[in-house]
Amino acid sequence: MHTQSRFSLAATAFWAMLNRDLVVTGREFVSFLLQALMQPLFFLFIFGKVLPGIGLAAPAFVAVMLPGIVGLTTLVASMQGVTLPLVLDLGFAREIDDRLLAPLPIWLVPVEKVLFAAIRGIIAGSVIFPLAWLILGDRYAVRSDHVAMLAGMIVLTASVGAGIGLLMGTSIKPEQIGLMFTLIFTPLLFTGCTYYPWGALNNIRWFQVLVLFNPLTYAAEGLRYTMVPPIAGHEIPTLHIAWVLAALGTSVVVTLILGSRTFRGRVVS
Amino acid sequence: MANTDHVPAIEVRKLVKRYTKSKTNAVDNVSFQVRQGEIFGLLGPNGAGKTTTIGVLTTAVLPTSGSTCIMGIDVASDPISVKQRIAVVPQQSNLDRSLKVREILTFHAAYHSVPRKEREERADKLLDELGLGERKNEKVNRYSGGMAQRLMIARALMHSPDVLFLDEPTNNLDPQSRLFLWDRIRELNKQGLSILLTTHDMDEADKLCERIAIMDKGKILVNDTSSELKKMIPGGNALEIRLFVPDSVGADAPARLKTTLEGLPGVSKVEEMAPEPAPVAQAAAVPAGSWARFGAAAAAAAPQEDPGVTTYRVYAENAGSLTGAAAQAVLASGCEVRDLHLKQATLEEVFIYLTGRHLR
Repeated sequence: MHTQSRFSLAATAFWAMLNRDLVVTGREFVSFLLQALMQPLFFLFIFGKVLPGIGLAAPAFVAVMLPGIVGLTTLVASMQGVTLPLVLDLGFAREIDDRLLAPLPIWLVPVEKVLFAAIRGIIAGSVIFPLAWLILGDRYAVRSDHVAMLAGMIVLTASVGAGIGLLMGTSIKPEQIGLMFTLIFTPLLFTGCTYYPWGALNNIRWFQVLVLFNPLTYAAEGLRYTMVPPIAGHEIPTLHIAWVLAALGTSVVVTLILGSRTFRGRVVS
Repeated sequence: MANTDHVPAIEVRKLVKRYTKSKTNAVDNVSFQVRQGEIFGLLGPNGAGKTTTIGVLTTAVLPTSGSTCIMGIDVASDPISVKQRIAVVPQQSNLDRSLKVREILTFHAAYHSVPRKEREERADKLLDELGLGERKNEKVNRYSGGMAQRLMIARALMHSPDVLFLDEPTNNLDPQSRLFLWDRIRELNKQGLSILLTTHDMDEADKLCERIAIMDKGKILVNDTSSELKKMIPGGNALEIRLFVPDSVGADAPARLKTTLEGLPGVSKVEEMAPEPAPVAQAAAVPAGSWARFGAAAAAAAPQEDPGVTTYRVYAENAGSLTGAAAQAVLASGCEVRDLHLKQATLEEVFIYLTGRHLR
């Protein structure tokens, strides 16, 4: 006993905690997918099939919107993977105590939660592609020359979502859940350049500046950069990819640091 | 690893904890030691600082000052090594409700790097020992409070800790579950586990713990074995005699009897107890009115303490051995024994004696 190195103890505990989360999610995989995909499914159908079908949206709109939906789904699925469970756990369930007593540094416990939530987000975001292909038919258009970059964007988007989820999950009290979801989720959804490209906001300058405070804007624009094929020979304008990467990278780091600190504040008094 | 046979299982030195925004110390300069293989009890009312003390020892609460060691390892500077050696059973269930019962144990062991084969075997063995073997594939939401408590103990043992913390282990349990748990706790202790338990149940502390620290308002008031604590109350050991003095024996008979009792070997004091107030006396004093009249009538009808009955308390070092001699003295004086019993001090009385308040 007690002969293993610190590192191997912590690594084993970390992996066991991740394995526990994966086992639990695996058991309710169908409900997880339904929860993550219901909304994007309807968005794809209405905005990609119905509106263009009745002439209320330009066919090119679909190509611009699809990256927004991938970004939103990835971000929200990873947020949901950590926010609600943490609010309940830290609020009253305290199931997490068992993991806090495992022989590893406390900050690895929230990091594990973030990693797991990001995996959820990556799965949810990736499933959008075959679904979109099925629903959109001819209108499905994703360029194939940026695949590695696209994968990277999804991972980054999922990490941002998980980071925000950690920060929210450790800051919100159970009795505030309803209000906070309205106050945070709704603006996040509608100011994230999901359904419109950032470049098109030139005419509403104040709004164009405002949306830059939403990480989802960078995720959606980065995904547009990696997904939307040239339309009529023209690349569509997006936020510069360097800005996108810098903003998303910063968001991950900042939310992780702040989230781990609030987490520590909640579990050690 | 150095030889740890002689270090205390738990050592707390001048521990102070003040929560932010609080004006008083939740734990106020507390020091105590728990030897290896001992069951040690922290007894006190809710809010005495017991759970905070456990929190500091189990890395969940940072001390304001003072130091704590588990098996010779400083908790503040090396919490990870401490976590390998301790297990905690909290007041309220914190069992993982997403997992099946057996998985709760195996995952817990996995968090502690117990190899797969070992954790599977240990889980089955512990579930059987704690009477949960038949329902190991259920989820805990179907478990009763007593079963959840047993499961938390099983979980705590999965990584073979040296020191076990039990926070109010039998709170809210039915008497049968409580006895079962007491037996298990004793067995674990016999297997060499050092145990710190908190309780506000003096019976529990008395029956389980080798030594007990009585805590109140963040301070340890006393810390000793149960029997030593009981000796603190003056006359903790007394013989109480209720006797009837017939008119025929004369008015000075009680006084003579008292002198005789005082002369018995080892007697330090004989006290004549004030008669207990009749329960309906108050009702009779209520001003006129239909209820008052009813009360007065009831008072008159109630069987009053016989005017000829007196109660003596005979304090002695070993009052139990005086039973025969005291009874003979009463008979010789011409009085009749109505009741004679040994008055045992309880920890509750110790607590009242120390704080002037009841435990709960």
